[in-house]
Amino acid sequence: MSNNWKSYKPLLIPAIPDLHEISVYEKNNGYQALKKILKDRKTWSPANVVNEVKTANIRGRGGAGFNAGLKWSFMPEPDGEPRYLACNGDESEPGTFKDRKIFEFNPHQFIEGAIIAAYAMHVEVIYVYIRGEYRPFVQKLQKAIDQAYDKGYLGKKILGSDFSVEMHTHMGAGAYICGEESSLMESLEGKRGYPRVKPPFPAQRGLWGRPTTINNIETLANVPLVMNHGSDWYLEIGPSTHPGPVLYGISGHVNRPGVYEYPAGMNIMTLINEVAGGVRGGKKLKALIPGGSSTPPLRADMLEGVTMDADSLREAGSMMGTAGMVVLDEDTDIVELVWRISHFYDHESCGQCTPCREGTGWLEKTLRKMKDGNGEMRDLDLLLAICYRMEGRTICALADAAAWPVRYSIDRFRDEFEKKCKKTVYAVA
Amino acid sequence: MAETYTFDAKDLAEIEKLTAKYPEKQAAVLPVLWYAQDKFGHSDPAVQKLVSETLGVPEAHIRGVVSFYTQFYDKPMGKNVLDVCTCLSCQVCGGYDMLHYIEEKLGIKAGETTPDGQFSLQSVECLGACGYAPMLQVTNDKFVNHLTREKVDKLIEDLKAGNKPEFESNPMPQHEKGS
Ligand SMILES: Cc1cc2nc3c(=O)[nH]c(=O)nc-3n(C[C@H](O)[C@H](O)[C@H](O)COP(=O)(O)O)c2cc1C
Ligand code: SF4
Ligand code: FES
Repeated sequence: MSNNWKSYKPLLIPAIPDLHEISVYEKNNGYQALKKILKDRKTWSPANVVNEVKTANIRGRGGAGFNAGLKWSFMPEPDGEPRYLACNGDESEPGTFKDRKIFEFNPHQFIEGAIIAAYAMHVEVIYVYIRGEYRPFVQKLQKAIDQAYDKGYLGKKILGSDFSVEMHTHMGAGAYICGEESSLMESLEGKRGYPRVKPPFPAQRGLWGRPTTINNIETLANVPLVMNHGSDWYLEIGPSTHPGPVLYGISGHVNRPGVYEYPAGMNIMTLINEVAGGVRGGKKLKALIPGGSSTPPLRADMLEGVTMDADSLREAGSMMGTAGMVVLDEDTDIVELVWRISHFYDHESCGQCTPCREGTGWLEKTLRKMKDGNGEMRDLDLLLAICYRMEGRTICALADAAAWPVRYSIDRFRDEFEKKCKKTVYAVA
Repeated sequence: MAETYTFDAKDLAEIEKLTAKYPEKQAAVLPVLWYAQDKFGHSDPAVQKLVSETLGVPEAHIRGVVSFYTQFYDKPMGKNVLDVCTCLSCQVCGGYDMLHYIEEKLGIKAGETTPDGQFSLQSVECLGACGYAPMLQVTNDKFVNHLTREKVDKLIEDLKAGNKPEFESNPMPQHEKGS
């Protein structure tokens, strides 16, 4: 698919004026997937919808890349009591700014996807959790939800069927950790966002102790595509192990930053040089953070032939994350950068687990000292030792997300760290 | 100073609608705090008490929530709060230069409020506008993107005159090429 991208027509956010208006969305095949399902419920029983989505292998766009249909299949059999879908629009991973595009330009495709997900999982209440900093986008989504209620796509007895579902927005108030799924549920319940110990998993005990599924906004916007065109069609877009369209958020030192939609598996250098117009000011590329602040940075020389999908990025030594690509030019001070990332995680750690609370603080302090020119060589070993004591030892993955950028940056840019360190000589008496 | 705050009948009707979204009242703590902060400008202990009484949720719980979430102000702030992003993408695109320029211009440091109560300034984490760096948010509402010194000057003049910024839409560059 080397050059196919040039003729690619966006599917998640097509270039159609006023698509956020329900009438325009309807004219462009909108809510047809939902209608198709509700018209032929023999063919499209909830279990069959789950299977179709599972076959399509929509990999979660919130960071972990988990198969959405497979996740839905973990929901237990309905028992007549409430079950929930929580849509994750917290979008707080530095470098990530894509879900807001869906709220602004194509909210109904997400709403339709969420309704189908609710149908497939026998859910009657959907919450959309959106970071508090996105107030204007919450308002845009709320307007679209109101339109969907007016047209009978939400509410009681949808399109004359016996299927009913409510959708509510819930605004966060400034806490990165609330993007972590169990923290998100705590926040929805009106509490501080302390992540929960797992198991039990949300499908077993989620919101108010009831079965709950959490999906990212972009993940759900893919669902109508699969239901309209079939999983075979979907699997043809991008690599079959990581199929479908992806919203690539490109920021940093490029000429044309922004959110671009292309198939998964795009060549990274094509994205940087052709899509985003290359490194600005004619500078050389130094590094790329491929999928948000927690994904390990890759040196420019590690990017040859690497594509934006889980397999290729794993092989290259990083991760897809949120596909929030931060492009860094040759003048970037890696130590300053990594310090600022550590500052972020230190600020955002909820403080429940000692390795995370203390570890993020020590990483921040040690890196601050280093970037201010007061570091010593042995501090590099200290940093690595702190990372080791954080990884895999905590309630949620924030501690790992904080450790990885430090560990891999030291590994990949060691000379830059060493240059900032004082060469202390210990006299032996 | 101990000011007292109250919700009128209209407020209570709105709050009723907010609580109706959830199976239990406690879940409405965040939306009701937002409602209160929009009305009173902050969520100080007196406002927390009001929210606590309105929802029947202990004051200690409300206080814990307010302290956990950075957008809730536990004390009165300036009339305009400027949240300048200095995180990752903004950091490498001049976020700190903008912060320092505003510090100089307003004569305060990040974390402070001007003596006339017009402006509070904060250095904040990623706001989800990384492609439009450097940027800032005005009082938990609109984003002002692609900051330059000129843009900052104009923004501050506008805010002094009581004019809030408009919503800036950032289209998908792909759409602009006429596909
Ligand atoms: C610290 C932390 C922060 C996270 N932030 C977000 C976020 O802002 N948005 C999101 O969709 N997922 C976020 N996640 C991932 C969620 O826990 C969850 O896996 C995801 O929402 C599931 O949706 P998906 O399978 O559709 O991707 C975060 C995870 C961690 C550990
Ligand atoms: S790992 Fe960090 S953020 Fe996650 S629960 Fe533990 S202390 Fe909180
Ligand atoms: S880093 Fe500033 S908005 Fe994301």
